[in-house]
Amino acid sequence: MTDASPTPTDAGPKKVTVATVWLDGCSGCHMSFLDIDERLIDLAQHIELVYSPIVDVKHPPAGTNLGLIEGAISNEEDAHKARMMREACGFLISLGDCAVTGNVPSMRNVFELGTVIDRAFRETADLQPQTPTVGVPPLLPKVMPVHEVVPVDLHLPGCPPPADAIYEVLSELIAGRTPDPLRLSRFGR
Amino acid sequence: MARQKVPPTQALTLTIDDQTVTAKPGQTVMDVASEHGIDIPHLCYLDGLSIWGACRLCVVEVEGQRRLFSACSTEVAEGMVVSTDSPRLRHYRKVIVEMLFAERNHICAVCVSNGHCELQAMAQRLGVDHIHIPYLNPQLSVDSSHDRFRLDHHRCIVCTRCVRVCAEVEGASTKGMAGRGIMARIINDLNEPWGDSQTCTSCGKCVHVCPTGALVEKGTAAAEMQKRRQFLPYLTVMRDNNHD
Repeated sequence: MTDASPTPTDAGPKKVTVATVWLDGCSGCHMSFLDIDERLIDLAQHIELVYSPIVDVKHPPAGTNLGLIEGAISNEEDAHKARMMREACGFLISLGDCAVTGNVPSMRNVFELGTVIDRAFRETADLQPQTPTVGVPPLLPKVMPVHEVVPVDLHLPGCPPPADAIYEVLSELIAGRTPDPLRLSRFGR
Repeated sequence: MARQKVPPTQALTLTIDDQTVTAKPGQTVMDVASEHGIDIPHLCYLDGLSIWGACRLCVVEVEGQRRLFSACSTEVAEGMVVSTDSPRLRHYRKVIVEMLFAERNHICAVCVSNGHCELQAMAQRLGVDHIHIPYLNPQLSVDSSHDRFRLDHHRCIVCTRCVRVCAEVEGASTKGMAGRGIMARIINDLNEPWGDSQTCTSCGKCVHVCPTGALVEKGTAAAEMQKRRQFLPYLTVMRDNNHD
């Protein structure tokens, strides 16, 4: 991409605040975010990362401008965090196929939850088979895409979305324009 | 000397997307549009097979008519004014593609047809960036009993291209349909494992006309299954020529 440096509508020192969260996904979307390479330095002039797996803050601050959710909603904690992001962020993006469609995590949806848990924790355990209940959030009966739990403003599909697509979407939003996520990505990309 | 009688040249004039075009009687709106570079979205239609008209993606508006017409199964008429694109048509087409995704289990990222799938490409073309309809997540079967091919119902959109190519081009009629509505399934013979079929010639035509990863060659990993369907218009044309 040429000449794609973001130009904030507010050229002052105020930066766009961004929160990212990692729910039921593989972290590949966050990796793809980092894969925008040296353009991160450009981007850092215009955004401030206020909440993320790589920021040691426990909650997204209220009034955050942009929120990105990676991963599907598979357990009660995922649903809680999605609601937390929705409340805190003015504009919410489903980042990648797991957040957009359920993707690989949702492949368990064709089975009953009890069957899945038995398969994972009991049938395959040699000694003391037991279902983990302490310190782990209960799984939901079905894995859902984010928009089935909270309203989402923009969907960026891809597994993962290419770095160029993430960069373009963020740049366009920072510039006050509406990006076309399907120009550079699609389901399964 | 008496003049020889010459049959009059029959030509119809109609309008497609503000373009005045001529057509022969009996041609479909799809045929004429495609001759004039207008690509109407479609999934069940495939050049070289009979018309099925089931996917409804190719619906078009005809001036003076309230209902929509499927371009693949509607013959042209003199003075017809056709519109192949409008906010209403775009909305219906998106809903159709979303219903196809919601009805089965299409996980593009792990599919052998990722990157070569007509459903996936159609979603991107029509601007389907997420599915509004809750997924049905049906538990379906995968028939791997054939030596070389696999039938995965999770990825089938029930376009019936495989049924038609098997009957019309290969002449085997192995593939058929069972069930109705969302229970409709592709079957082999009388709903037997594909590998046990007495009629299948293992020609692979069904695999190569399949628009998704429902019918694939075994031994392909994610994104490796590329369909080769150049044979179809070639075979159809050669057979027509031999009959003439």
